Amino acid sequence: MSIFEYNGSALVAMVGKNCFAIASDRRLGVQLQTIATDFQRISKIHDRVFLGLSGLATDAQTLYQRLVFRHKLYQLREERDMKPETFANLVSAILYEKRFGPYFCQPVIAGLGDEDKPFICTMDSIGAKELAKDFVVAGTASESLYGACESMFKQDMEPEELFETVSQALLSSVDRDCLSGWGGHVYVVTPTEVKERILKGRMD
Amino acid sequence: MECVFGLVGHDFAVVAADTSAVHSILVHKSNEDKIMILDSHKLIAASGESGDRVQFTEYIQKNVALYQFRNGIPLTTAAAANFTRGELATALRKNPYFVNILLAGYDKETGPSLYYIDYIATLHKVDKGAFGYGSYFSLAMMDRHYHSGMTVEEAIDLVDKCIMEIRSRLVVAPPNFVIKIVDKDGAREYAWRESVKDAAVASA
Repeated sequence: MSIFEYNGSALVAMVGKNCFAIASDRRLGVQLQTIATDFQRISKIHDRVFLGLSGLATDAQTLYQRLVFRHKLYQLREERDMKPETFANLVSAILYEKRFGPYFCQPVIAGLGDEDKPFICTMDSIGAKELAKDFVVAGTASESLYGACESMFKQDMEPEELFETVSQALLSSVDRDCLSGWGGHVYVVTPTEVKERILKGRMD
Repeated sequence: MECVFGLVGHDFAVVAADTSAVHSILVHKSNEDKIMILDSHKLIAASGESGDRVQFTEYIQKNVALYQFRNGIPLTTAAAANFTRGELATALRKNPYFVNILLAGYDKETGPSLYYIDYIATLHKVDKGAFGYGSYFSLAMMDRHYHSGMTVEEAIDLVDKCIMEIRSRLVVAPPNFVIKIVDKDGAREYAWRESVKDAAVASA
C-alpha cells in the first residue's frame, strides 16, 4: 500500500460566485482499520484562507504546525493576513525544501483574494502547484472526485447551491472509496461569513 | 500480541495493557507493567519495541517533570500529548521510536481525556482507542458497549469484556492484564487480571 493511502483522505475545493467551498471526509484510519470518525483535515489559516491536507496524517499535522508558525510570523512582520496566492507559494516552497525526503501530503488551498475573488489550488507532495478556475481535488478518492465534480460543477453558483454540489460530489465519491468517508466536513466561505457544516453519509 | 486499549468515562479515563514481555517465541516475563504513571494525573500506556517503549516513556516522564519544576505548574494532558507527538515526529525521519501510545489524563478544567498517538506521530483525541492485534477485538467490543458518561463499574465491566474477548479469540493471547485509572484523585493502578501467575522464585 502506498504511504499516501496509509490513513485515507478525501478533499475537494470548489469556486462559486464570490465564494468558495472546501470539503473533506472525516475518517482517520490505519490501513484497513478505522481509528476515528471525527478527524479534522481542513484548518483555517485566517478568516479568508483555508488549508486542507490529505495524505499521511502525521505529516499533515507537522506541516500544518509549520505553516501556522510561518503565517503568524508573517502577520507580525507585515501586520496583515497573507493573500491566498502568497500562502500557496509558501506551502509550495516549504514542500520543495524537502524535495529528497518529502512530506507525504497533498494540500488543497482555498481562499478569497483581492476584491473577494475566490482562489483555489492544489499541489503534489513536492510543491508543484495546480491552479484551477473551477475545482481541485486530493486524497485517496481523488479519481472519483474528479469525475463527480466535472459532471456536477456549474459556473457562478451561489453559496447554497455550491454547498449542495460540493456535498453531493464528496459523498458520492467517498462512497466508492473504502479508505475515506464516515461523513463530511464542508466549509462555505463568502466575504461576510464562514458556514461550517457536518454531513452524514454512509457511515462505513 | 501486545494489547493496549483505553476509554473515557464520566469523570475518569481508564487504560488496560497486557503484561507479557516477549522475544520471538519466548515469554521473558508475564508481569511487565506497560502503563507508566506520567505525573499525578496522567497515564501513558505504551506498546511496541521494548527498548524504545521504556526509553521513550521515561524520557517523556522526565521532561514532563522538568516542566513542572521549571514553571511551577503541571502540563495539561493536551500539552503533554502534543509534546509527546512532537518528540516522535522529530525522531521520525532520523531514528524513529517504534512505540504506540495511549495517553490518558484528567484536568480540573476540562475533565478526562484520552489521546491516541501512533508510532509515526499521528495524534488524535479519542473516546476509545486501542493498539495491536487485540485492537480488532477490543475496539469492536467498545464500539458495541461504549456510551459517553460511563461509570467506573460500567467501564471496568467493558474492559473485562474486552479482555475476555482477547483471551478467547486471539491466537497468541497474552494471559495477564493490568488496568489503571485516572480521575480527579489522581492516576493509580486499579487492578490486575491474571490467568497465569509467575512461579515463586526460590530464595538463595
